Parts: sequence; structure tokens; C-alpha cells
Amino acid sequence: MKPAAFTYHDPKTSNEVIELLSQHEDAKILAGGQSLIPMLNMRFVVPDHVIDINGVKDLDSVFDNGESLEIGAMTRQSNLSKSHDVKTKTPIFLEALGNVGHFQTRNRGTLGGSLCHLDPAAEIPCLMAAYDAVMIAQGSNGLREIPFSEWPLAYMMPSLEPDELLIKVRVPYWRSHHGYSFVEFARRHGDFAIIAVAVLIEMDGKTISRASISVGGADIRPIRLFEAEEGLIGENLDVRVFKSAAEIARKVDAMSDAYVTSSYRQRLAATLVERALVQAAERVSRGENNA
Amino acid sequence: MPDYRNIKVVVNGVEHELDVETRTSLGDFLRQEIELTGTHLGCEHGVCGACTVLLDGEAVRSCLMLAVQANGHEITTVEGLAEEDGSLHPLQEAFWKHHGLQCGFCTPGMLTSLTAYLGENPEPNERDIREAISGNICRCTGYQSIVDAALDAAKKMRGE
Ligand SMILES: Cc1cc2nc3c(=O)[nH]c(=O)nc-3n(C[C@@H](O)[C@H](O)[C@H](O)COP(=O)(O)OP(=O)(O)OC[C@H]3O[C@@H](n4cnc5c(N)ncnc54)[C@H](O)[C@@H]3O)c2cc1C
Ligand code: FES
Ligand code: FES
Repeated sequence: MKPAAFTYHDPKTSNEVIELLSQHEDAKILAGGQSLIPMLNMRFVVPDHVIDINGVKDLDSVFDNGESLEIGAMTRQSNLSKSHDVKTKTPIFLEALGNVGHFQTRNRGTLGGSLCHLDPAAEIPCLMAAYDAVMIAQGSNGLREIPFSEWPLAYMMPSLEPDELLIKVRVPYWRSHHGYSFVEFARRHGDFAIIAVAVLIEMDGKTISRASISVGGADIRPIRLFEAEEGLIGENLDVRVFKSAAEIARKVDAMSDAYVTSSYRQRLAATLVERALVQAAERVSRGENNA
Repeated sequence: MPDYRNIKVVVNGVEHELDVETRTSLGDFLRQEIELTGTHLGCEHGVCGACTVLLDGEAVRSCLMLAVQANGHEITTVEGLAEEDGSLHPLQEAFWKHHGLQCGFCTPGMLTSLTAYLGENPEPNERDIREAISGNICRCTGYQSIVDAALDAAKKMRGE
């Protein structure tokens, strides 16, 4: 099994990538290859040109700008887990990344690749939705910032022009004492989630002052449960409050496929939202992630 | 029109310089060009783990990398795990002792994956090992003997 013939390019700068993208109509960017190469091998995608961005400089840095983490698109998933800034400022990443495939695929797979592939059940997009992260793309017309809420256009289709390259992602910090939890259910460790849930909470004294709940795997894109988030504000860390958030999750729009029905996904969403809230509450009470 | 590139790779300590067609996977390159057939290709789309090799010491799937991407890098395959005099790596020794293989198809991927894993995690428990090999499918052993072998090898490698 091998891909159909293509012309291989290995540009060294993002400008060269943009130039190649504008010159060639049928070109595919090759990042970690953990999703693209299977599709090339099976000839689901048959591009004339493959633009390998593994040699492009400055796309794999993790930079703490004081208010947010700026992560280069080519940062490998395994390196992200090892970053000190990620561990201390955005510890939920470690929990989410541990579920992205296997350690061998994380050694190649990148942050940007997952966000551009945009599998409905992928963990990284679910996390970016929870953070309202900003995607930064470079194209012939310069840089463009896209809030994550506008990033997924359709099933596995990010908001990228044909000549645009995702270069980095900006993840705004939550307060250093925040609660967090990423939980998912999959048949086997390392499989795509049937449902994944990311939760972030901030406290003002004994009451919740800010909350974010994102559900992945239910629909074609991660869903934020805004109604449930609002319901948490001003409340104590109380299981009854979490249960009413879970009831909202139970009504989430969910797909059916050959293996899993939509009602099963909805029940799972309710269970996992409650579980994630309980864990986030425990963590924020213990002040576990003092940065 | 076939697209060729000249690449230089070090495989198990030996440097190779040759022209490869750019669509050739690293796995096919190792088996067909370098003629090291220890690396097994099962699914060729990233799922089974049989094709795992070490790229600069890190475990990666050789079916999900192009050979041209290995230019300038060092690859270790299952053939490179034993010593030059033929004495087995502690993991290979433990697989032999615990019957960690039957047909042997998954074995190269298990050995390369676990070599990298134990290098970074010298004190794993059973759960850790099961998670580490969750991306390596074995149709024969039921995994128990592989887990036993890995735990035993980890002990030996710690000098216990
Ligand atoms: C066995 C296995 C299990 C997996 N399990 C999971 C899992 O549980 N959860 C999960 O989320 N993923 C999983 N994956 C996929 C994950 O490993 C990939 O890393 C990810 O989906 C794609 O990232 P990549 O860097 O490999 O991108 P590639 O495969 O190189 O690219 C993916 C797509 O994005 C485009 N692209 C990549 N980078 C850019 C960029 N900077 N700008 C514009 N376009 C770009 C490419 O053209 C391509 O269309 C699994 C993969 C395998 C093989
Ligand atoms: S052949 Fe590479 S993972 Fe199966
Ligand atoms: S020993 Fe036969 S597949 Fe594992």
C-alpha cells in the first residue's frame, strides 16, 4: 500500500509554504502525518503536491507571553506534555494529551495537525473550545486571527483559505488557582473519544465566578454548554449544582453512527460533565495547580 | 512522473545514502531498500504498531513517515536492539523467557516501543505497561506474557 505519486516539497520558511500553496492548486500540507499519511496510503486523498512543514523554522515553540500561551502549530503532542509552561499554566493539557492516540503517534502528531484535521472526537479541538483559543493563520494577505468558535466550518473543515497555513494558537490563561478536568470515554485507551469533556472553573471565595464546559465527540464540532456554564455562576461547589449542569448536557445535539446511538452519547455527556465538574471542584478546593 | 530525492540515513549505526521515491514510506524503505525485514508492516495506516522503529531514539510508526523525512536522522530497528556479538537486549531476553511472542508478527513493534518506553519510564507498573502497548496489537498472546516480560525486563534494566 502506498500513496499515489506526488511531488514533494520541503520549504524552510512559512513564506515559502504560502508561496507553494498559492502556486499549486492541489497541494496538501504534511505536519505529523498521523492522519494525513493513513489517508494518502489508502488513497482517500490523492494530492499532486505534498508540502512537508517539518523543516519550517519557528513553528514549534511554546511561548508564555504573560497572559496566554502561544503554541506553534508544529509543536509535537509529546513535547507539549513535557513543556514546563504547559504543566504549570494549562495543566488540563496534560490530561487531554494523554488521550490523544498513543505515545508513538504523539511523538510525531502536532497541535496544528489535530486542529486542521478537525476530527469531531479529537481531544485538542475540544480543549481549544473550552479555552476560546485563537487560531493564527498566515496567508498571501498576511496574518489572520480566528476565534475557535469560528474555526470549524463544517465536518472536518477548518476556516482556512487554500493558501493559508495555521502557524500558531493563542491559549488565554485562566487564573492561577483554577479548577480543571478533562475526561473521556473510549472503547480502548488511545482510541478517539466517544464523548470527551473539558471543564475549567474559577472561584470568587466560595462561589463559582467563571466556568467553561466543552463537549467533544457529540456533534461534528465541539459544543460549549453556555447555559450550563451560566447556571454555575454564583453557586457553591455543590453536587446538586453539577447535576443540573449534567441535565443540560443530556440535551446536547448528538450524532448517531454505526456503533453509537445519539441517546447513548447524550447519556455519556451527562455522566462525564458531572464527573469532570466534581474533579475540577476537588482540584480548585485543594489549590492543586498553584502556578 | 516519479519524484526522487537523495537521502542519507543511519540505520542501526550504518550510514546509507541512496535515491528514494518521495512517496515511499520509511517502513517500505527499510524492508525493500535496506533489506531489513525485521520491521513488520501490518495495517499501514497507523493502527497496529507492528512497524514501530526508533527515530533518534523515539518510537514512531514507520508506515506513517516518508523515507525522505528520515534524511539526516538515525533509525534503530528491531535488528539493532541486540549487541553486536548477538547477546540479546534485556527485553528480548525477557520476551524469550516469558513466552512474550507466538507468531512474532507484533514482536518488532512491541520491542522497539517498549525499549523507548522503558528508557523514559524505568519503574512502570502493570497498568503503565498496558497503556504503553495500547497502540500495539497482538493477535496471539493475549498480552499477559508481554506485560510480564516488560515488567521483568524493567527490573533487570534497573539492576534489580
Ligand atoms: C492509531 C492512531 C490513533 C489516534 N488516536 C487519536 C485520538 O485518540 N485523538 C486524536 O485527536 N487524534 C488521534 N489520532 C490522530 C492524531 O495522532 C494526529 O496527530 C492528528 O489528527 C493530526 O496531526 P498531525 O500533526 O499528524 O497532522 P497531519 O496528519 O500531518 O495533517 C492532518 C491534516 O491537517 C492539515 N494540516 C496539518 N498542519 C497544518 C497547518 N499547520 N496548517 C494547515 N493545515 C495543516 C494537513 O494538510 C492534513 O489535512 C490518532 C492517529 C493514529 C494513527
Ligand atoms: S503497519 Fe504501521 S501501524 Fe500498522
Ligand atoms: S505474537 Fe502473534 S501477533 Fe503478537
